[in-house]
Amino acid sequence: MEGCHSGNIVASLVGAVVSIVAVRLVYVMYWTCRPHRIKQHRLGTLIVLGSGGHTAEMLSIINVLQKDTFVPRFYVAAATDNISLQKAKVLEESLIQKDEIGKRNIEEVAYFTKIYRSREVGQSYLTSICTTLVAMMHALWLMLKIRPNVVICNGPGTCVPLCLIAFIFKVAGVRWSSIFYIESIARVRRLSLSGLLLYKFHIADQVYVQWPQLQRKYPRAHYVGLLM
Amino acid sequence: MSCVAMEEERVKKVVFVTVGTTCFDALVKSVDSQNVRDELWKRGYTDLLIQMGRGCYIPSKISEEACSLNVDFFTFSPSIADYLRSASLVISHAGSGSIFETLRLGKPLIVVVNEDLMDNHQSELAEELAERKHLFCATPQTLHQTIEAMDSSSLIPYQPGDAMRVAMEINKFLGFPAE
Repeated sequence: MEGCHSGNIVASLVGAVVSIVAVRLVYVMYWTCRPHRIKQHRLGTLIVLGSGGHTAEMLSIINVLQKDTFVPRFYVAAATDNISLQKAKVLEESLIQKDEIGKRNIEEVAYFTKIYRSREVGQSYLTSICTTLVAMMHALWLMLKIRPNVVICNGPGTCVPLCLIAFIFKVAGVRWSSIFYIESIARVRRLSLSGLLLYKFHIADQVYVQWPQLQRKYPRAHYVGLLM
Repeated sequence: MSCVAMEEERVKKVVFVTVGTTCFDALVKSVDSQNVRDELWKRGYTDLLIQMGRGCYIPSKISEEACSLNVDFFTFSPSIADYLRSASLVISHAGSGSIFETLRLGKPLIVVVNEDLMDNHQSELAEELAERKHLFCATPQTLHQTIEAMDSSSLIPYQPGDAMRVAMEINKFLGFPAE
C-alpha cells in the first residue's frame, strides 16, 4: 500500500514536471520566430565562424551590424581552424580604428574562443563518442559563460549544439536569445544539414537564404539576396 | 629561332590555378596535361601558376617542347588576392571563397568541380553562376574543351552583393529601427 501510495506521488510529480516543461516548450516555440521588442541597448552576441567562404560571409554581416548594439561580440571557431578567428580579429581591429567616438579597447567589445569539434574527418566511431561528449560539455560550459542575447551563425556543424543549448536556455528560463541562421551562398538548391535542422525544429528564430529558389522551397525562410 | 622571337613578342598573360585548402590532384593533373597546356598556349597565355594546396601530384616545370608555357607552382599562400589580380584567367576549385574573390575582381573564371567529393553541393553554386553567365563550369576531364570553346566576352560581369538586407532583417526582428 505504502509503496503504491508513494508511487502515485512520484507519478503525479513527474506528470506535473512534464506538463510544466511541455507548456513552457509550447510557449517558447510560439514566441520563437515572432518579432519582439528588445528593451536592452546592448546585446551580447555569439558569432559562430566556419571556415573559408563561411567566415567571409559572416564577417561581411558583422561589418554592417550596429556595433554599439550588438556588443560584446563573442567569436567562436573550431579548435582546428586557425584562420577564422584571426580574420575576425583583423575586422574588429579595423572597426576600432574607424570608431571616432571614444577609442575602446578590443578587449571590451570582442572575445575570441575556440571550441572542440565533436568529430574530425576520418576519426573512428568509438573515439567519436568520447570526443562528442567532451565537445558537448565544452559547448555547454561556453554557453553558460557567455549566455548570449543574440546568436548568429551560418553553417558549420559546430553551430547546431550551440543553438540547441541556446534553445534549452530559453525553455529553462536561463536566458532568452534570438537565433539567426544565414544559409551559405554555396547552398543554391537545398539547405545544409545544419540549416535544415534549425529550420525544421523551429530552433532558429529566423533562417535567411541567399537564393530565391531556396525561399520557394522553404517558405518560412527569408530571402536576403547575395552576400558576396 | 623563330620560336624565341615569337616568345619575346608575346605579352605576359598568366593563368592562375587555385585549389584552396583542399586536395584536388585531378585538377592539378588536368592543367598539367599536354592538351590543356597546348590549348592555353594557343589562346595566347604565357604563364601557368598553380596553387596546389594539400595535393601530392607535382606538376612538371619543364616541357618537352621549346615553345610552351612557363609553369610554376606553390602549396599555400596567406592571401591569393595578388595572384588573382595579376592573372588574365583563373581556373579554380568550386569553393565559394575563391569563386567570389575572383568574380569581384572581374577576372574570367573557369570553375572545375571536384567529382570525387561525397557531398557535392559545391557544384550547385558553380552551375548556377555558369547559368547566369558569370563563369565557365568544367570537370577535370572536360577542361581542355572548355578552354578551347570559351569566349570570355560572353561573360556577364558580376555585381557584388552586400549584407545590408540581412542586417536590416535582424534589426526588424529585434524591433530596432531598420537603419
